[in-house]
Amino acid sequence: MTPENRAAYWKANLRLLSVLLVIWFIVSYGFGILLVDVLNTISIGGYKLGFWFAQQGSMYIFILLIFFYAWRMNALDQKFDVHE
Amino acid sequence: MTLQMWTFLVVGASFALYLGIAFWARAGSTGEFYVAGGGIHPVANGMATAADWMSAASFISMAGIIAFQGYDASAYLMGWTGGYVLLALLLAPYLRKFGKFTVPEFIGDRYASQTARLVGVICLLVASLTYVIGQMKGVGVAFSRFLEVGFETGVIIGMVIVFFYAVLGGMKGITYTQIAQYVVLIIAYTVPAIFISLQLTGTPLPQIGLGSVETQSGMFLLDKLNQVVTDLGFAAYTAQKGSTLNIFLLTLSLMIGTAGLPHVIIRFFTVPKVKDARSSAGWALVFIAILYTTAPAVGAMARLNLMDTIQIGPVGDPAGNVEIAQVPEWMNRWKTTGLLAWEDKNGDGRIQYYNDKSEAFKAKAESFGWKGNEMTKVDNDIMVLANPEIAHLPNWVIALVAAGGLAAALSTAAGLLLAISSAISHDLIKGMIAPNISEKSELLAGRISMAGAIVVAGYMGINPPGFAAEVVALAFGLAASSIFPVLMMGIFDKRANGPGAIIGMIAGLTTTLVYIFWFKGWFFIKGTEMAANIPANWFMGISPEAFGAIGALVNFVVAFLVSRSTAAPPEHIQHLVEDIRVPKGAGMATGH
Repeated sequence: MTPENRAAYWKANLRLLSVLLVIWFIVSYGFGILLVDVLNTISIGGYKLGFWFAQQGSMYIFILLIFFYAWRMNALDQKFDVHE
Repeated sequence: MTLQMWTFLVVGASFALYLGIAFWARAGSTGEFYVAGGGIHPVANGMATAADWMSAASFISMAGIIAFQGYDASAYLMGWTGGYVLLALLLAPYLRKFGKFTVPEFIGDRYASQTARLVGVICLLVASLTYVIGQMKGVGVAFSRFLEVGFETGVIIGMVIVFFYAVLGGMKGITYTQIAQYVVLIIAYTVPAIFISLQLTGTPLPQIGLGSVETQSGMFLLDKLNQVVTDLGFAAYTAQKGSTLNIFLLTLSLMIGTAGLPHVIIRFFTVPKVKDARSSAGWALVFIAILYTTAPAVGAMARLNLMDTIQIGPVGDPAGNVEIAQVPEWMNRWKTTGLLAWEDKNGDGRIQYYNDKSEAFKAKAESFGWKGNEMTKVDNDIMVLANPEIAHLPNWVIALVAAGGLAAALSTAAGLLLAISSAISHDLIKGMIAPNISEKSELLAGRISMAGAIVVAGYMGINPPGFAAEVVALAFGLAASSIFPVLMMGIFDKRANGPGAIIGMIAGLTTTLVYIFWFKGWFFIKGTEMAANIPANWFMGISPEAFGAIGALVNFVVAFLVSRSTAAPPEHIQHLVEDIRVPKGAGMATGH
């Protein structure tokens, strides 16, 4: 693997990581904590939205983030031919 | 059949299963002992990780904490799950690629420093040992409450069971028992929750039930709960009580701490490939979230049931409170354990349960002739343990809860014991004291240190030191402020070097420990606190439990500055970092 390829692979990885960690931050610290009062003015069913993110929604999104990361990284491994 | 017989039957059957697995999954090599031979399927490893992770505290105490803190307890829910995102994205795949047996080994190799490895071993031992004591205590409590044997006998039975599968099977035995234990604990947790959700809302899924209409009142369950608690002077269930900064930092500390706990990290050394480490973290979180998304429903519904049991009619109506002679059977049963207590302060033969610390409610309470809150003790743990009885569920469900609590405590204890014994036999003995030791002798050393760790943990479980209750703050604070930052920098910052890592770890650790000891006493010795542990004294309102995030920040900054002002790491270390960043070429985890 050439150093340029290696750098490009790592850069793509970091870009993916950053996007996913921003989402991770927004759904938990953003929606669940900092903006909880604003979101609580909206309701879905019997759940106030901010409360739902803090006690349910953030956890569902965490799961999706990990599987999305695994899926994208596996594709990236293939593309750069660094898979096992 | 009586409850006693059901409990013996269900707990006995689960223990027989664990022993059977122990016999079948004996370890023959150090590879099997430390990383289960590296052949665990990612979904199976996810399930084992979930059992490893969810302790007696998650199973027994968490729903109770949610029941009484409402929204504020969200820090635990998000903190203890969000850490898996950090683990999956920032640590697990790279540490799996590195391909060694232990966490301190990575620290030692990456920073080319035996000192760094030793600091890693010490952090690991302190965090894991304090944590395992709590599990042993949990085993003793579950035994003494459900099986009516003494606390000590309970701990000893637990020690013998763990001894069999952990000493014989190492990581291999532990992994397969943890899978069985996950199945036991998740059934035990969700079955009562489904029944209760059906009773209150007619919806079987607790996650949906919590957001549904409560059938009796026709109101949304959470609105109804808010009304019931505020009518009695308590803060609204869904409202925030603590400071935003503290909730934010507590969540962050728990997340970073989760990602830095060695007994969780080493579970990802057992899967065959780097890509398995990525997906396995996702599976672990799926299995964890089944319990963690159920817990808020269990908490809220149990709180509503409890309030309705005592406040049977309108607030203020003399007949609105339950008569002491008429309390349900389960209340009397739990009163004998000391977890539930009441006292008829105004002598009216009825129980008043309200918030007597609320100034606003005081005048009202006086006009009703109430002389203080009469529910003098409602322990957090009762919410899960007594839940099936509160909802009149059959005896076999209650027996199942006992087996589930034991499975949660035993599975976490075994994972911690493996982290401890591998740090001793692999990092201390093989890595530092006797590098030329044969594989067979190392395996024996691993088994002996495991047995030693079990005895120490059991002894401390029976004679808990004063700090046993503070383990959460300590273990997570240590992992967050020392282990996570050096691991992450070791992968993402090629320029990070040995002096940076060592001074960074010590700085992060000292900051966190001093802050915890300041409010909880030096080494948790009562009477040596420098200031009372109350929000008014805390630095910017940050609780000791939430300070790990600050310690981690200190660690990152110090390690960065020291690394930049000292020599770059040698060429071969920089190559090592480049190598762990790509999956290609990962073999099975090895010890050399």
